[in-house]
Amino acid sequence: MTVRSPLGRAPALLWVPALVAVLFLVVPLVALVLATPWSTFLDDLRTPEVRSALWLSMETSLTTVVLCVLVGTPLAWVLARVTFRGRGLVRALVTVPLVLPPVVAGVALLAALGRSGIVGEPLREATGLTLPYTTAAVVLAHTFVALPFYVISVEGALRSAGEAYDEVAAVLGATRWHTFRRVTLPLALPGVVAGGVLAWARSLGEFGATVTFAGNYPGTTQTMPSRIYAVYLAEPEAARTLAMILLLASVGVLLLLRNRWLTPGAAA
Amino acid sequence: MNRPLRTLTPALLVALLPLAACGSDDGDGGNGSGGTGDALSGSITVSAAASLTGTFEELAAQFEAEHDGVEVELVFDSSGTLADQAVEGAPGDILATADTASMERAAEAQAEDPEIFATNELVLVTPAENPAGVTGIESLDDDAVTYVICVETAPCGGLSAEALEDAGIDREPASLERDVKATLSRVVEDEADAGLVYRTDALASGDDVQTFDLPEQLTTEYPIALLQQSRNTGVAQAFIDFVLSTAGADVLTAAGFGTP
Repeated sequence: MTVRSPLGRAPALLWVPALVAVLFLVVPLVALVLATPWSTFLDDLRTPEVRSALWLSMETSLTTVVLCVLVGTPLAWVLARVTFRGRGLVRALVTVPLVLPPVVAGVALLAALGRSGIVGEPLREATGLTLPYTTAAVVLAHTFVALPFYVISVEGALRSAGEAYDEVAAVLGATRWHTFRRVTLPLALPGVVAGGVLAWARSLGEFGATVTFAGNYPGTTQTMPSRIYAVYLAEPEAARTLAMILLLASVGVLLLLRNRWLTPGAAA
Repeated sequence: MNRPLRTLTPALLVALLPLAACGSDDGDGGNGSGGTGDALSGSITVSAAASLTGTFEELAAQFEAEHDGVEVELVFDSSGTLADQAVEGAPGDILATADTASMERAAEAQAEDPEIFATNELVLVTPAENPAGVTGIESLDDDAVTYVICVETAPCGGLSAEALEDAGIDREPASLERDVKATLSRVVEDEADAGLVYRTDALASGDDVQTFDLPEQLTTEYPIALLQQSRNTGVAQAFIDFVLSTAGADVLTAAGFGTP
């Protein structure tokens, strides 16, 4: 195009479809920006329903990230550093939710943790606790779909950091736990941060598994995407405002990750 | 990386305009092969409320059996969604909704005034074993009873809110489900102790639920209308006439609908 390459002009057969692809991805977002009723934007934001949905989304998505870090980091380390029989199988099983339609995830969670589910029924009989329709259920649904993103990202970072430094630390007398905390983890930190942001974004946008497993009620289980859907059924106009908020949040995520994804060659 | 993008974007936005233009002029494409009289042929698409699922499948099957070479495609979703899709020009010949409010939202897509073809009544259902010992709508005030209703934006949700108010129930439901089928499945799957659904849904679930009548009858009306984007008005009109006929009414009453 404008940059002269020693390889010659970029063929139209490649750059024309490429531009069509860019437009396809950009035009709907531009349309959303144009269609947002900006004059009532701030007033729409201030309604109690939207505020509680926003607050719930923040609360549940951040809790999801904490859970991912707590259990996902050890899992990523085990997958990257420990050789054991069936490791490939474990990795495959862990990544299934990554490609699973979210509604299927919700149905599966109900089958396991619903009040008459395989785990849910004994739990209810023993403690009287039921999970569906609670904020905890929202966090579980989010963690179920976000955890694979986190694990894959951190495992990749651990692998590309390599084991050489771990070995040096071991030679110098560090225990394996000490090595993990002082050497492995700091080296993989960019991957941990990227994984956390990815998990957060995935959680923020989660809809299918949440409505299926946790339900939809303002204040306890109605997150932003559920609110958008409920509002869209009645007032498509107002739904655009809510959609706009999530679009802004997604752009924020992209800015946080710009060094990783917007710079060619930086992706792990 | 920024510069080429910035110079090319306006050019391509312009290039896309003709594409947008050709999307909007299919209103009177009129390739309808449905003639008049008995020589009906071709296919039509009927968008119907989720609560009409079983009934319209039966009506479509009977209609197809009566008219050789006619095909009825059915699309089921919540009434509001279907109404919006009709206004936005989604291909379809007939719209049938579970309330008059949704139908009014689609007013500008209608080719003629809608007609009421059925009514439906709200009832309370519990799982087959009724684990919480529900005895009627007043049981919903009991803290041990987990109950679900439709979200207020669905026809069944507005009706449910009215029912709760009539019965003086202040306790909030555990969840607001997107449509009546979702509400029903919470109860059938024993994830809720009670739910408010239509009589037709309760009837279709057979032994999977127990049904309790409400003290005050709350009904919704189902309108049906021919859409402007219909490509096959002959067949579409014949289908509407069939739904409104006594044969159609028989199918509707068998499913638990009332007739106007």
